[in-house]
Amino acid sequence: MSTSQTTTTEHHPALAHQFDSMQQQQEASTFGMWVFLLTELMMFGGLFTAYLIYRIKYYQAFVAGSTSISVGWGFTNTLVLIGSSFTMAMAVWSAQLGRRKPQVWFLIGTMILGAAFLGIKSKEYYDKWDECHIPGHVIGKGFNAWGGCSANNPKLGNIAQEIIERAEKSHIEVSPVAAQQTAQQTEIFFSFYFAMTGLHAFHMIIGLGLLSWLLFRAWRGEFGPEYYTPVELGGLYWHFVDIVWIYLFPLLYLISRTRT
Amino acid sequence: MAEHKHPTPKLYAIILLCLVIGTVLTYRAAFWEMGIFNPVVALVIACTKATLVILFFMHIYYSSKLTKLTISAGLFWLLIMITMSLSDYLTRAFLPQ
Repeated sequence: MSTSQTTTTEHHPALAHQFDSMQQQQEASTFGMWVFLLTELMMFGGLFTAYLIYRIKYYQAFVAGSTSISVGWGFTNTLVLIGSSFTMAMAVWSAQLGRRKPQVWFLIGTMILGAAFLGIKSKEYYDKWDECHIPGHVIGKGFNAWGGCSANNPKLGNIAQEIIERAEKSHIEVSPVAAQQTAQQTEIFFSFYFAMTGLHAFHMIIGLGLLSWLLFRAWRGEFGPEYYTPVELGGLYWHFVDIVWIYLFPLLYLISRTRT
Repeated sequence: MAEHKHPTPKLYAIILLCLVIGTVLTYRAAFWEMGIFNPVVALVIACTKATLVILFFMHIYYSSKLTKLTISAGLFWLLIMITMSLSDYLTRAFLPQ
């Protein structure tokens, strides 16, 4: 802090005694939030690095697994999350100007879009559960991507069959044994899919908790031009979670769609 | 000073529009046959979108040099983790490509 400005905000009730001014307090808080977000970046970054290594090693299986998840829902969810980032930015802007009503409505809008994202995500998870694509044998019916998931519908979740059909379209011969081996290897893709989208969804749930707390305080009219740091930091968190999804969408859903 | 730090709703709307265009573009581009460039294009679009969010939605464009430097250092560290891990795994002779 080069020049500490003595203003009327000095006795603001939200000013902690270790800070000279509201501005200094806000800069320190924002900086601390960014340091926290960078630790989050390293946590997600570790998952992305592991993902890249396995994607290169088991590329065919990653293509097969990626093709089996719904690109339409993933695309919709990306738009939903980008929209929620916009409403969050608008909520911060309203808080900066001390406009209580738009602030409350933009926070509610952000929460609705966040909940919509989680709803669509649960629908996608349910589909994967239905298709026996949950890795391991603990949750659901046990991993099976080579037929035999459903007695009534032999094509349900049968990635091995899809590999053979796609290869036939490109006039390539794939033996059933090779197709089943690739289908078995998609278990590693789905492990990454659930670990990464699961950790992301967990952050969304925490974000919704933060937003309801911000909504309560905004509704009581606690934020204004002098003090809106909690909204600003909540916004930073929300945008960070949005950025993670901006990378998850192309990396998980769009690995190779050209031959489908 | 604080007054200059506020982007306007108009700017936010423009950023939103750019992000939507980027999302549609990355979706469409995934279905074009570009060989090795498919993941490259997808990542370039994703990085552009992330940069827009960081600069404007997260106000880094208006923030202090200290914050900018800290974030750059964090991103650089992430790149070290990814490139060094990959340069290890990709050059191991026993690992089939």
